[in-house]
Amino acid sequence: MIELQQVESAYLRSDTPEFRSGDTVKVHVRVVEGNKQRIQIFQGVVIARRGGGTRESFTVRKISGSVGVERIFPLHSPVIDKIEVVRLGRVRRAKLYYLRNLRGRAARIEERRVDRSKK
Amino acid sequence: MKGILGRKLGMTQIFAEDGTAIPVTVVQAGPCRIVQRKTADGKDAYDAVQVGLVEASVPRKVTQALRGHFEKAGVPPMRWLVEFDVEPDDEAAPGDEVKVGIFAVDEYVDVVGTGKGKGFQGVIKRHGFGGGRATHGSMFHRAPGSIGQSANPSRVFPGIKLPGHMGNKRITTKNLKIVKVDEEENLLYLRGSVPGAKSSYVAIRPAKRG
Repeated sequence: MIELQQVESAYLRSDTPEFRSGDTVKVHVRVVEGNKQRIQIFQGVVIARRGGGTRESFTVRKISGSVGVERIFPLHSPVIDKIEVVRLGRVRRAKLYYLRNLRGRAARIEERRVDRSKK
Repeated sequence: MKGILGRKLGMTQIFAEDGTAIPVTVVQAGPCRIVQRKTADGKDAYDAVQVGLVEASVPRKVTQALRGHFEKAGVPPMRWLVEFDVEPDDEAAPGDEVKVGIFAVDEYVDVVGTGKGKGFQGVIKRHGFGGGRATHGSMFHRAPGSIGQSANPSRVFPGIKLPGHMGNKRITTKNLKIVKVDEEENLLYLRGSVPGAKSSYVAIRPAKRG
């Protein structure tokens, strides 16, 4: 029998960059207003990635006018025009829900150095 | 003849062009072979088509009676046979192949399968009883409560809802929309859920009511 993963593989996007929790990303979202389409950018820190296959999604958190805003994007959704990785972050867990209780300087994330020699 | 047998691969989601996620169940349906055509004028006295699912593994032990039945139709032995109702003028003949191509996108189908077994369950899960209070001195939690009267009639009436085995029985899910038909891989994408566990057998027929 065919595996479900094989079925899903046809619907996966291949143009998504590599990123993980703690990284700062710019998500270009297609927004349809009436019959016009435009691109909206949502920039923030990835605080979670969950799921697999076509159901994989990630959560981006940003501070908008002193209010925390979180958006959950399905990774393979056609609503996402593109994802840009702005900054790599070094964090010690996969889910950064603790950032919700921190603000300002405490909510900073150390930059992740990529070791190029290993590649 | 419109009806096909298959095995449930599982659920996932695919995206429509506007980005809405569509929950789909993927069913590997067919290819099937027609094993028998029953007719109203023949000795069966009703119209139907018996269809069998062709699988990669052929059953090793086939009874003499069944072997003759398959040979008559000129098809290999199959594990699972199902009858579908047809009109008297239907042209399906034994040996014919049935593939997913008989269905088209946006059609509605009913799916018949065996639901997941739940084992021995109490009345709350099995029949949706409310149960009692958990705290504040309550001594009545998940029990069924009264199941009848007293000395008269001195028995429990048949049909009282009690704990017992739940699930693992035939379930029909009606009016599922076909999202996609993959003729190459023999796959049907149905919007919504379908009875049974992954890799369980399901029969798919056109929806009886739109």
